[in-house]
Amino acid sequence: MANEFLPLFYTFHFYLFSLIALVSAIVFVTRKSPVAAALWLVVVMFALAALYVMLNAEFVGVMQVLVYAGAIMVVFLFVVMLLNLGHPSELNDIRGRWGRLAAGLLGLALVAELMALSRGGVAYNFSLPAAPKAEVLAGPAGVIGPIAAPLFREYLLAFELTSVLLLVAIIGAVVLAKKRSA
Amino acid sequence: MLAESLALSAALFTIGVVGVLTRRNAIIVFMCVELMLNAVNLSFVALSKVYGATGQVFVIFVMTVAAAEAAVGLAIIISIFRHKKSVNLQDINLLRG
Repeated sequence: MANEFLPLFYTFHFYLFSLIALVSAIVFVTRKSPVAAALWLVVVMFALAALYVMLNAEFVGVMQVLVYAGAIMVVFLFVVMLLNLGHPSELNDIRGRWGRLAAGLLGLALVAELMALSRGGVAYNFSLPAAPKAEVLAGPAGVIGPIAAPLFREYLLAFELTSVLLLVAIIGAVVLAKKRSA
Repeated sequence: MLAESLALSAALFTIGVVGVLTRRNAIIVFMCVELMLNAVNLSFVALSKVYGATGQVFVIFVMTVAAAEAAVGLAIIISIFRHKKSVNLQDINLLRG
């Protein structure tokens, strides 16, 4: 994006969307009502889509809005509506001081572990196959070309297997959710 | 922006893990899993800015798997709800023996 032209603008908005994603995620896990949680998760996904666009992944950002926020979350809300789960009073999450303390300590330990891993310099020793950099790619092929080329060459088998996976998921969902008539 | 993205990804993943471990509504647990998948997608995209566009291909795959997982998982939840009249994970103890 315009990193080299407006660095301050870019940095400000990067931190802004990061903050929105983080705060919305925290609000999302603390909501009692499933509908409110789903809507906060949609906010997280929109903020992440903005971050994807800022990280030179425009196509992934669009797919994030269309597939995640548009399709998957609608399915979640649809199931919440279907099961009539709008009454949070009967749900009892893990509560009490010790439960909260254990959850908080667990989260802090996991964050510390992830941060320690990133400090260990592991992330910079990858040996990935040479692929064109994302900055170079916004050329004549647009932003979809660089994703499509490896998708239909190196990962063609995985792509075809994905279609089988989706077929299995469709059949499985229909079979599982179908009412037993016999 | 790579370090910030990876830190945000770690934080979102941790929030998802804590949600999975503390919530007892099956649908919210599923949404927390989706949040974890999103966190991993963010680190894929951030690393693709440095190492090349292959990371974005994997994001597409992760999205597909997430869609399939949501469809099958929600169908399982509907099926459980039909048996138990509840989506509280404490009530689902068929395999407890």
